[in-house]
Amino acid sequence: MSSMPSSNLTIEAMKKIFAEGKRFDGRKLTELRDISITLDISNKAEGSAGVKIGKTEVLVGVKLGIGTPYPDSPDKGNLTVSGDLLPLASPRFEMGPPDFWGIELPRLVDRAVRESHMIELDKLVIEEGEKVWTVYIDIYPINDDGNLIDAATIGAIIALKNTMMPELDKDGKIDYEKKATKKFPLSKGISPISFSFFKLGNSVIMDPTREEEETCEARVTFGLSNWKDQYMINSCQKSGNTPFTKEEIGQIMDLLPKKFEEVNEKLKKFL
Amino acid sequence: MAKEHKRPDGRKNSEMRPMSAKIGVVPNADGSAMFSFGNTIAIAAVYGPRQLHPQHMQDPARGILRVNYDLLSFSVSDRKKPGPSRRSQEISKVTEWALLPVVELKEFPNTVIDVQIYIIQADAGTRTAGINAASLALAHAGIPMKNLICSVAVGKQDKELIVDLTKEEEDFEEGEGATDFAIAKIANTNEYTLLQLDGKIQPEVVKEILNLADKACDEIYEFQKKTLKESISK
Repeated sequence: MSSMPSSNLTIEAMKKIFAEGKRFDGRKLTELRDISITLDISNKAEGSAGVKIGKTEVLVGVKLGIGTPYPDSPDKGNLTVSGDLLPLASPRFEMGPPDFWGIELPRLVDRAVRESHMIELDKLVIEEGEKVWTVYIDIYPINDDGNLIDAATIGAIIALKNTMMPELDKDGKIDYEKKATKKFPLSKGISPISFSFFKLGNSVIMDPTREEEETCEARVTFGLSNWKDQYMINSCQKSGNTPFTKEEIGQIMDLLPKKFEEVNEKLKKFL
Repeated sequence: MAKEHKRPDGRKNSEMRPMSAKIGVVPNADGSAMFSFGNTIAIAAVYGPRQLHPQHMQDPARGILRVNYDLLSFSVSDRKKPGPSRRSQEISKVTEWALLPVVELKEFPNTVIDVQIYIIQADAGTRTAGINAASLALAHAGIPMKNLICSVAVGKQDKELIVDLTKEEEDFEEGEGATDFAIAKIANTNEYTLLQLDGKIQPEVVKEILNLADKACDEIYEFQKKTLKESISK
C-alpha cells in the first residue's frame, strides 16, 4: 500500500464502475463490509473496544479522571474526545501535530456522542461547580483501510457501554486498583451510529476502502440515534471539493434509517 | 405548521435577520467585503492569486484556495483566546470546501488565493455570514467564479423550523432543544457545498430544511448581486 494520491486512471476506472453500480471489491454501492468487535482490549481502561470494518481497525478506550467543570456547565461532567492518527496505521499518517483529518475525526465522534445525550453527564458530578468526572474517549486507528470515522464512532459507543466507574478513596482520589462495580451512567436505549457517504461523479457510496475514500470527491457524515422512538440526526458535516445535490441528500435521508437498523442489528449484543 | 411560532425579535419563521453588506472594507486587499445578519458581523479579505510559498505546496495544475476563519477575541461574551482553535480550524476548512466549487482555480497554476475571514461581533450564524462575506470578497477581487455562494443557517426549535437563528434562539433547551443546520449552496442550483449541524433533526425533515434554505439563499443572492452592482456604479 502506497501513500500516492489516486491516479487519473484509477479515478476514471472507479467513476465508470460506480456508474454501473459496482465496486472493485464486488460490493454494491451502499453495501457495508463486515463489522467485528472485540471487547476490553486494554484492562487499564475503564472501558474499551476494538472495531474492525473490513481491514480497517480502530481501538477506543475510555478513561475517567477527576476535573473541574466548565464554567458554563457546573452541574455536568466533562467529555473530551481525542484521537491520534498513528503513523503505525497507514503510510499516509505522519508524526507531529495533527493535520486537519486528525482534528476532524475526534470532533465528529464527539458530536455524535455528545449531541445524542447518550452519556448522562449530569450524573457525573462529585461536587457541584467544584469537582466532576471527566470522560476521556481516546481513539487510535491501528489499520486504516477507509471509513475511520464510522469505525471510531462504533468503537466509542461500545467502549462507553462497557465502561465501569472507578472507586474513590477516603481522600476523594481515584483508586484505579480497586475493583469497579458501578456502571457508567448512560441514557437507556440511546446508541448513536455515524454514517459517512462518499461521492464520486454522480455516484454515492458507503463504507469506502482507503483507495475509494481517496478517490472520492466529497463526503458527508451523519451521526444518527434513536430518540423517543424516532430516528434523529445529531450531527452532520460535509467535506470535500464538490457539492451534494438535493436529490442525493434525499437518497441519503431514505437510506439512513435502513442502515441504522442494519448496523444496530450487528452490534446489538454489544450495546 | 398550523400556528406561527413566536420569535424573540418578532420575525416570521422563514425570515432572516436584516442583512447588510459593504464592499471594499479592507483597502489593502485585492477584494474584501463585510456581511452581516443582524448582530453578527463578518469581514472577509482576499489576497491573490499570488505565488504560493513554500514552493513544494504549489500545484502546477491549479491554484489553491486557502481559508482562515476566526473570531476576534472580544466578539463573544467569554473572551476568546486569540489564535486558532480546533473549532476555528474546522470552520476554516468547511468554509474552504463551501467556496471551492465555484472558484476557477485552474486559471491560476502554482498560486494561492488567501481568504481571511474574521468575526467582529457574534450572535450565531458566524460561519454562514463569513461565507457570504467571502463570496462577495472573491467577486470583488475579480477572481473568475462560476457563480456566487450563498449561506444561511436553518434551525429547529423543539419542532418548529426557523431561519437564521440568533444566539438566544440557539440556546433554547425545551422539548427537542435547538438545532442549527448551517447550509451553503451554489446560487440558483440544487447543489449544497456546506452541510453542518449538531443537535436533533429527523431525517425526513431535512428536505423541508433545504427548501427553507433555498428560499433564504435566493434572497441572499439578490442582495449580494445588488451590493456588488452598487459598489461599481459609485
